[in-house]
Amino acid sequence: MTGWDTAGTLGLLAAESVRTSTGEAIQFWVLGAVAVAGALGVVFATKAVYSAIFLATTMIVLAVFYVAQGALFLGVVQVVVYTGAVMMLFLFVLMLIGVDSSDSLKETLRGQRFAAGLIGIGFGVLLIAGIGSATVAVTAGATEPYALASDSNSAIESIAELIFVRYLWAFELTGALLIAATLGAMVLAHRERFGPRLTQKELSKARFRSGVNLTPLPSPGVYARHNAVDVPARLPDGSPSDLSVNAILAARTLRRPGDRRPAGEDRPGSDRR
Amino acid sequence: MNPENYLYLSALLFTIGASGVLLRRNAIVVFMCIELMLNAANLAFVTFARMTQSFDGQVIAFFTMVVAAAEVVVGLAIIMTIFRSRRSASVDDADLLKR
Repeated sequence: MTGWDTAGTLGLLAAESVRTSTGEAIQFWVLGAVAVAGALGVVFATKAVYSAIFLATTMIVLAVFYVAQGALFLGVVQVVVYTGAVMMLFLFVLMLIGVDSSDSLKETLRGQRFAAGLIGIGFGVLLIAGIGSATVAVTAGATEPYALASDSNSAIESIAELIFVRYLWAFELTGALLIAATLGAMVLAHRERFGPRLTQKELSKARFRSGVNLTPLPSPGVYARHNAVDVPARLPDGSPSDLSVNAILAARTLRRPGDRRPAGEDRPGSDRR
Repeated sequence: MNPENYLYLSALLFTIGASGVLLRRNAIVVFMCIELMLNAANLAFVTFARMTQSFDGQVIAFFTMVVAAAEVVVGLAIIMTIFRSRRSASVDDADLLKR
């Protein structure tokens, strides 16, 4: 940090002379590796909850980077807003939707994964090469040095002046945007109830009137090798009864109700829950 | 170390996020990858603010965070609505227009 300041004050604007302190360099290389590992974990983790934890790791590392670059306010906002509020929302929705709604691994489009990887690598090479060839002009633009981290109070005052004076209109618009987003989420999450709530008596009458399942549904696991809730009961002829397993459980384990389980999976030795 | 390295890291994170959007099919993971891309862009903004020695980059990053928060709220509500009608969070299952 101080090395950068002195380089700025001395007017040594060539790219080679702009150096950070050794401590910041060490911090960058160690935490940068952590950030990249977290980002890769987001993409390649098999379960969505793991992806969320990896993403939180990367966000915390980015908050450290913000603080290291003199953006103390943004670092705190990053931790509070992103790792606090946004990741909590993600985990809430994950728990609502079902934790193990993992990807099915078969490709629906042939060669899509390979093409996506290729496009990703090409895009990255293009972006990094672009930065590499464009940075000299950017670095030469650093003319007025100011104390980045040494005087954080004045830094926060400067940010406040920008937000509340120069960008006041944009700041007020973000308030409108937040209210619109809140209303939108309420409208999307709201479910209108059509008609009154049915009592148990009315439900029973409706069931007998339809005549489909007069008795209670069969319990899971009856006459099967396991009595877990996701193991279907066996009918007299040995075939599994789809009625005995809760439809939500069947959807969560990515099994369609009509599927027969493979024979090997039903053995007592298998580690099926 | 040159401060430009932060820009390279930002580009790398953005690329990983973009590849994740293309590779994954769980809608929530796709959404997390979008958040990763937004964060990478924020890192670039903060680095530019430091390089040009002005606070405008930090203010832009701040506005990005606010807009991202609003976007997360609406996006997750949409994902929940789709899950409610389709019983699946896979982006392949939202294909009503194809039928």
